[in-house]
Amino acid sequence: MRILDFLLRTRGRGRLHWTDVLSYGYLFLGLVVMFAPVLWLLMSSFKSEAAIGQFPPTFLPYQQKTVSVAGQNKPLPLFTVTQDDGTTRQMAQISRIGIMATMVDPAVPEQTVQVNIQQRQPVNELRFAWNNYSDLFGKFTFSKYLWNSVFITVAATLLTLLFNSMAAFALSKYKFKGQKAVFLLIIATLMIPPTIILVPVFLVINQAGLLNSLWGVILPAVATPTGVFLLRQYMLTIPDELLEAARMDHASEWRIYWRIVLPLSAPALAVLAIFSVMWRWNDFLLPLIVLSRNEFFTLQLALNSFQGELNTQWHYLLAMTVITLLPVTLVFAFLQRYITTGIASAGVK
Amino acid sequence: MSTLELRSIEKKFDQTQVIHGVDLQVADGEFVVFVGPSGCGKSTLLRMIAGLDVPTSGELLIDGQRVNEVGAADRGCAMVFQSYALYPHMTVYANMAFGLENAKVPKDEIARKVQEAATLLRLDSLLQRRPTQLSGGQRQRVAIGRAIVRSPKIFLFDEPLSNLDAELRVSMRSELRELHQRLGATMVYVTHDQVEAMTMADKIVVLRAGRIEQVGSPQTLYEKPCNTFVAGFIGSPRMNFMPVASVLSLASDLPQGAVQVGVRPEHWQPCSAGEGVALTVKGSEYLGAQRLVHALLADGTPIELLLDGEGQLAAGQVVHMRVQAHHIHAFDANEQRLGRTCA
Repeated sequence: MRILDFLLRTRGRGRLHWTDVLSYGYLFLGLVVMFAPVLWLLMSSFKSEAAIGQFPPTFLPYQQKTVSVAGQNKPLPLFTVTQDDGTTRQMAQISRIGIMATMVDPAVPEQTVQVNIQQRQPVNELRFAWNNYSDLFGKFTFSKYLWNSVFITVAATLLTLLFNSMAAFALSKYKFKGQKAVFLLIIATLMIPPTIILVPVFLVINQAGLLNSLWGVILPAVATPTGVFLLRQYMLTIPDELLEAARMDHASEWRIYWRIVLPLSAPALAVLAIFSVMWRWNDFLLPLIVLSRNEFFTLQLALNSFQGELNTQWHYLLAMTVITLLPVTLVFAFLQRYITTGIASAGVK
Repeated sequence: MSTLELRSIEKKFDQTQVIHGVDLQVADGEFVVFVGPSGCGKSTLLRMIAGLDVPTSGELLIDGQRVNEVGAADRGCAMVFQSYALYPHMTVYANMAFGLENAKVPKDEIARKVQEAATLLRLDSLLQRRPTQLSGGQRQRVAIGRAIVRSPKIFLFDEPLSNLDAELRVSMRSELRELHQRLGATMVYVTHDQVEAMTMADKIVVLRAGRIEQVGSPQTLYEKPCNTFVAGFIGSPRMNFMPVASVLSLASDLPQGAVQVGVRPEHWQPCSAGEGVALTVKGSEYLGAQRLVHALLADGTPIELLLDGEGQLAAGQVVHMRVQAHHIHAFDANEQRLGRTCA
């Protein structure tokens, strides 16, 4: 109820001020522009193959009704036929040749009628084609792709957190010669677009023998300048006295890092984890060049390969797209408050 | 047995020298207080003893062993920080157990030691709380508890009471004193508050600008300050300093070369006209048992006097005051004490 109150707040008391109209209109426009394509995708992913190709397209997943007719092997599509005398009647279609269809009344299966296709309308009903989804898990080694994506995302994120936090710990808490230079060097790599280093990265991966291995996608992505920067800025706010107290407490530097600095950097780590999950899950270019064998495909690559040259199975493609979107959406929906608080406290704009 | 010895310790940060050759000996079980104005290097000195900073030159000895090259963890010191530096993500129990865990002490022994320290510091009921759920005084006790559980050779305190309110500070002062007696451990305590130093220390080390001005018991420092700095720093309200020429009538047997004379506010005694010195009252503050009187000497030197709380003194009134000879401190042109030597 409180959420509704919040959403329906107005500036004018009791009635709408003109600024209310303007801002709600603007917000609604934004909502439509950003959300409508996603919603359309979601609805379409529940349409059957035939319904997707239908014109004019419908928003909701309608499907033609079918009936079982005695004497016929398969369920037959149902139509409303307008008869010559103007009355209408529901009939199933057995076959169609040219503009004439052979139809039968399900109640009287022995008697077939020839109907001009202009005279009939398909009977549609609202039906979600769940099999778009369930088929995926049986077919196309989809589960393999899903596993590859999950493995790469989880492994790369864990390694990113580990290595970036170690670098950030050193850069924020130790004083050594060239500390600033190293930090600037790391930050400077932010200026180089990943596309530019794609070829060198490929050569290195090739030399390391990591082509067509999931680790070939994971390892190059582990060190991120953004992550080091974000974590370093956050770790600067951890008082040095805590580390000194730990040193007095006979803690090794590794233990200080593991038991004191890491737990206290949790908000910044959460932010980086969210970013990393999104980056790795949505990554396309690096997997594309590293993984060329079908069994190592990630979901993103599989989506791409699904668009065949001659034939695209849109209903599966759309269902797969929805599944691909889900993890990032969930991560974002549940952890976005960490992003705002984490970014605010990490001093990153 | 845990003694501490500093031999001509110096410390430079880049080009600035903050400690200029400090020599000091601390006996086993002594409670030593470093006192001085802010920036005098007392905390730096403590951090060097702890091993958190490295002396630029000089030798540091604990139990007669040179420890310059020994890391903070292995010196056997425990430190209580000004900000307490409790680990905010750990419970009180985990905070106190952390040091023992690092030393690979068996679990049941950790539990026993933490429980012991908790009982000693009345923290039993707080063991499962986090530092943010504690009051200032409780945090302070946890910080001390964290130091105690490791049974260190030397306790180091870095202005531990400065974040507490006045009342709590007084009670913690006596608690610390009591703790020292119970543990019998060597303790080094840093403060800028001379009252803390006077009330707690066996031995006070007065520092100024990276040099030791005087080392001695509170009484020695009060009765025989080595120079005008120590004389002015120890004791509250501050000692009055007057040019010798203005107070010739106060004492007849001032040592040769005396330039300044110091008298503590509490040592003035009223006398009849013709004796002592004449002072013009400027105003007074009633403190209950006593009255703090602000007055001027004939030459305009401001003087403070602590007198009996009874009796009224109006501004502009002239009073006559004298001081017993042994309460008069004479200093030479270099602000050093004359006459009875300081020790």
